[in-house]
Amino acid sequence: MAYVRDSEAPRLSAPIGSIGAYAWAKDKLFPTPLSALGTLAIAGLFLIIGWNLLDWAGIRAVWSAPDRELCAVDGTGACWPFVFAKFHQWIYGLYPFEQRWRVNIVYVLGIISLAGLLIPSQPAKNWNALFFFVIYPIIAFFLFYGGIFGLPVVETDYWGGLTLTLIIAVTGIVTSVPLGILLALGRQSTMPVVKTLSVVFIEGVRGVPFITVLFMASVMFPLFMPPGVNPDKLLKAIIGGSMFASAYMAEVVRGGLQAIPKGQYEAAQALGLSYWKMMRLIVMPQALKIVIPGIVNSFISLFQDTSLVTIIGLYDLLGIVQAGFNDAKWKSPQTGNTGYLALAVIYFIFCFSMSRYSQYIESRTNRGLKR
Amino acid sequence: MTKTEKDIPAVELNHVNKWYGQFHVLRDINLNVAKGERIVICGPSGSGKSTLIRCINRLEEHQQGDIVVDGIPLTGNLKNIDDVRREVGMVFQHFNLFPHLTILENLTLAPIWVRKTPKAVAEANAMKYLTRVKIPEQANKYPGQLSGGQQQRVAIARALCMNPKIMLFDEPTSALDPEMIKEVLEVMVDLAEGGMTMLCVTHEMAFARQVADRVIFMDEGQIVEENSPKEFFTNPQSPRTRKFLEQILH
Repeated sequence: MAYVRDSEAPRLSAPIGSIGAYAWAKDKLFPTPLSALGTLAIAGLFLIIGWNLLDWAGIRAVWSAPDRELCAVDGTGACWPFVFAKFHQWIYGLYPFEQRWRVNIVYVLGIISLAGLLIPSQPAKNWNALFFFVIYPIIAFFLFYGGIFGLPVVETDYWGGLTLTLIIAVTGIVTSVPLGILLALGRQSTMPVVKTLSVVFIEGVRGVPFITVLFMASVMFPLFMPPGVNPDKLLKAIIGGSMFASAYMAEVVRGGLQAIPKGQYEAAQALGLSYWKMMRLIVMPQALKIVIPGIVNSFISLFQDTSLVTIIGLYDLLGIVQAGFNDAKWKSPQTGNTGYLALAVIYFIFCFSMSRYSQYIESRTNRGLKR
Repeated sequence: MTKTEKDIPAVELNHVNKWYGQFHVLRDINLNVAKGERIVICGPSGSGKSTLIRCINRLEEHQQGDIVVDGIPLTGNLKNIDDVRREVGMVFQHFNLFPHLTILENLTLAPIWVRKTPKAVAEANAMKYLTRVKIPEQANKYPGQLSGGQQQRVAIARALCMNPKIMLFDEPTSALDPEMIKEVLEVMVDLAEGGMTMLCVTHEMAFARQVADRVIFMDEGQIVEENSPKEFFTNPQSPRTRKFLEQILH
C-alpha cells in the first residue's frame, strides 16, 4: 500500500486552555486531588508563618525608643531601635569614630572599582582589574591602618563589624581563585613532587574544620614561634581563611577540568600551544564556566564562615552584633531576636547578590555556546 | 630551494616501537614519507594506525626507534616538540574545535599566540582558508551551531592557518553523517592537489584511489603491506590485506 500526501496538514494554534496562567496552575498546582491538597496545605503554612513574622516584626514591633524601656514591655515584637542605634557599630566595629571617614573612602573606592569589574560592558577591564586586585588592597590597608601621611595608627584590634567581615571574605575570595586553580593543576600534574604537595595541602586543609584552623593559628602557632614573634591575629585569620577557601576551590576547579574532553587538550597541543597557554586560552575558560555555581558556592561559604573568627576574639559582624546584646541600655527579651533577624538580612543580601550575579554571568556565557 | 633541503624526507620513522604498559602497540615501524607525498593508512580498529600518526606530532610518545619530522628529531627535547608541532597540522575524528570560541577565533588563536602573527593578518589569513573550505559566512558563529561536516572543514582550515608543511588526518570522516563525508573529502582532495604532504588514516577507499601515492595497511601494530593504490586494491599481496579488503569493499 503506497501513500502519498496530497495536501498540507493545516498549522493550527494551540487549543484554548492548554497554555497560559490557568493551564499552568491546573497543570503544576492542582493536577490531582492529592496534589491540590498539598498545594493548599503548603500555601496555608506559608500564610501562617508570614502572618506571624509580619505581626512580630511589624505590627507589634517597637520602631523608635531611646532605650530598652519600650522593648521590655511584655507582648512587644521586634526591637528595631536597637538595630538603628547599633547600626554604625555593626558596620565600623570599634573603629575610632572620628577616623571612620577612612573606612568610608575604602568602601566608596571598593564599590566603584568592583562595579567596574562586574559590569561586562565596561571597557577598561584591564586597568580596572589592576586597580582592584593590586592598588586597591594597598590603599585600603594604609587607610585602615594609617601611619602614613599623618594618619593616626588604628590597630587591627579596633577593626570590626561588617568591615572586618568584608576584609576577610574579599581577601579570601580574591586569593582563593588563583590559588585554587594552581592547586587543581598541581593535583593533575605529572610531576610527582608538585602533585604530592598539592594533594597533601588540599586533603590536609579539607580534612580539618575551619574552626580548628583558626584555633591552631591563634593559640598553637605562637607556641612554635620564637618569643615575641606573634603575627597579627587578623592576618592569621585572613591567611587561614584564604588557605581554607583555596583548598575547596581547588576541588571545584578540578571538577571542571575533568569535564573537559581530552580532544581539547590534544587539539591545543597539536596547534603548538604551550602548557600554560593551553590552560589559559582553551581549558580554563571552559572549565571555570562549567563550575561557576561551585565557585560561587565557595564564595558564599567563605563569606558565612568568616563569622567563625569571633571565637578567636575578632569582632566581625556576628561578633559585634552579639556584643551589642550585652549592652545594659538595650537588654530586653526581644533584643537578641531582632538583632539576629537584622543580621540574617544583611548576610542574605550579600550572599543572594553573589548568587544572582553568578546566574547572570552563567546565562551570559551561555549565549550562542551550545556544544 | 637547494637540492639537499628538498631531499630531507617529510617524515622518517626508523624501527619505531611503542607500548601501552605491557601491550606492544607499534611494532618495528619503518616509514619514509617524501615531501608532497600523500599516504593513506588503513587497517582494522586497534591496529595502531591512529597511534602511529599521533606519534608524528608527539601526542603519543614512542619508546624506541627514531622519528624525524622535516629534519627535526623527536626526542624528549621540548623545543623540538614545539618546532615539530608548528610544522605539522592535525585533523581529528571528533573535530575538537574549541566550543567557547567563534570559528574565526578558533582559526586565529594559534597564529596569534604561537606564531605571534598580528591579529589583523591572522584574521585575513583565516578568512582566506575559510573561503578555501567554502564556509566564510560562518566566521562569527560558534562551533556548536555548525553541522559536523562544516565543523570538520573548519578544523582543516584551523590546521592550515598555521601554514603546516605536513597534515595528519586521523579518521576525519568517521564521525560524520554520510551526506557530509563528501564535502570534507572534497576539501582534502583539493589540499592534496595543492601539493600538501599528507598522512591520512581513513577507510575512504575511493579517496585513497584518487589521491594516495601509497597505501599502507596496518594490522596488530605492524605495517603489513605498503603499495601503490592500484596494486593495493587490485592485487593485494598479503592474505591479511586481502581479508581486510574483502570485509570493507563488500
